[in-house]
Amino acid sequence: MKFLRDFLDSQHHHFATGGKLEKMYPLYEMIDTFIYTPSDVSKGSVHVRDSIDLKRTMITVAVALVPCILMAMFNTGFQANKVLAATGATPEGWRAGLMATLGLAFDPASCLSNMVHGALYFLPIFLVTQVAGGFWEVVFATVRKHEINEGFLVTGMLFPLILPPTIPLWQVAIGISFGVVIGKEVFGGTGKNFLNPALTARAFLFFAYPAQISGDAVWTAVDGFTGATALGEAALGGMAAISTSWQDAFLGLMPGSMGETSALACLIGAVILIGSGIGSWRIMLSMTLSAVVFSGLFNIIGSETNHMFALTPAWHLVIGGFAFGTVFMATDPVSASMTQAGHWIYGALIGLMVILVRVVNPAFPEGTMLAILFGNMFAPLIDYFVVQANIKRRLERAKA
Amino acid sequence: MSVKKAIFSPLFENNPIALQILGICSALAVTTKLESVFVMCLAVTVVTALSNFFVSIIRNHVPSAIRIIVMMTVIASLVIVTDQILKAFVYDVAKSMSVYIGLIITNCIVMGRAEAYAMKNGPVMALLDGIGNGLGYSIVLVFVGFFRELLGSGKLFGITIFQTINEGGWYMPNGMALLSPSAFFLIGIFIWGLRTWKKDQVEESN
Repeated sequence: MKFLRDFLDSQHHHFATGGKLEKMYPLYEMIDTFIYTPSDVSKGSVHVRDSIDLKRTMITVAVALVPCILMAMFNTGFQANKVLAATGATPEGWRAGLMATLGLAFDPASCLSNMVHGALYFLPIFLVTQVAGGFWEVVFATVRKHEINEGFLVTGMLFPLILPPTIPLWQVAIGISFGVVIGKEVFGGTGKNFLNPALTARAFLFFAYPAQISGDAVWTAVDGFTGATALGEAALGGMAAISTSWQDAFLGLMPGSMGETSALACLIGAVILIGSGIGSWRIMLSMTLSAVVFSGLFNIIGSETNHMFALTPAWHLVIGGFAFGTVFMATDPVSASMTQAGHWIYGALIGLMVILVRVVNPAFPEGTMLAILFGNMFAPLIDYFVVQANIKRRLERAKA
Repeated sequence: MSVKKAIFSPLFENNPIALQILGICSALAVTTKLESVFVMCLAVTVVTALSNFFVSIIRNHVPSAIRIIVMMTVIASLVIVTDQILKAFVYDVAKSMSVYIGLIITNCIVMGRAEAYAMKNGPVMALLDGIGNGLGYSIVLVFVGFFRELLGSGKLFGITIFQTINEGGWYMPNGMALLSPSAFFLIGIFIWGLRTWKKDQVEESN
């Protein structure tokens, strides 16, 4: 790999101060540090106790997302193939052409066919996210003369996973542009955003183009096919109306936004995040407990007219985006609470809001996205009171 | 203060919405259509200018303790007159804007200028200041209304620019633009642009 190093070094003078491509230095720096360890190291008496940095944090999250991504591709293909097999329809377009070239039939029993068919839906959305979001990152890094960092790597992976497979690609581009610019860069970039950029992007699409993303009709990647999501079914007819078994919902074999159907894949991700110390187990635990307690409470209260009251806590945890939101979205270290006591309050607040939006609010079938954004808004306030309480406690101790 | 400054400084240098952050409420409420934006801008400009003018005329005769009530009376009378005129001549638009014409009374810009400028300056300058601030308000509203109507329904002044899908065209309207939060985003973007251009408006962070 020496030639790569040599090539980068030979190009360095163009980008250094005074070079003709000086303005593009962030781009050069990104490629260099993406491939090689940065050459600038701490000097003197520093207090670093661990080699963990932004890059390693982000890459750990990316690794934790791998089960979800694999499941996203498999399930998207599986759901599409299942509908195709059931209706006997023949798909057209470039995906069908490519599948035929590869010699793959639309067979829900074939794992490979499912994977490839799903990937043909997932990868274009993923690529558009990377290109559109990456473009804004480069623009802002160039104008503001700072380095391009890995923050977008994770946002760019999270965003496709929370989108339905049928979303038009131009909406993906508009959504991620809004998320990156308004959700993150206007506040100063990675580490200064008070909202999760991926969720901001999705919320924008949710309100701008509700027909494609609102979540009461299902997004199976087959033209002209719509059904109801598990949450939509439950709202209409109660638990008995849900056409998916609990086990399938847990494994993720049901229609929905691409990456968030599988609670199992999210659970594997959670183990990786907690094991490596990247994600906060306090947030995950308190959010889950809070959702269980409040949905249980609604079970006990009961309602004649609102079927969602009867949905058991076990179901709440596996349908919709709850598992994915708990593991990957709420734990975002920038937009979540910083203090440990704050983690508990923040998680509990989101858990409560998820259940409230799902059960009580008739306008939105799913509340995880809105609840987490709501939690993000309150995170600084929670931290403020936690810190003030601590100061007060210590002042009193000093007085005594 | 020169005549030129009284009229033109509220446009960008001391914009009532972008710098003083006044009058946001009506910027959210009436900006889904450019037509109502123009009626609103006209109404606010007239009311601000005339209220400044009349308040300035009587400024030396009003006891300081009751000045707010006196200003309120002047403003309210002007708003009622404006409301009646609009109802008489552009009834449909006035009807579609419902209470927001009447709510000009509570528009912080009108009261703010009367208190901050008209109470200390002569009637002519106060009149010009009112016109200037009305225009500053109008610039932001037209900016917001332009994008909201164009993106939200593909039209400008009710004339189709982008043919929407429902009417057999290609443009999918952005539902967000018809909701009030989009006005916040647009005002935010306007302020962002303005402060990038005029750096002295950026607040010092502590």
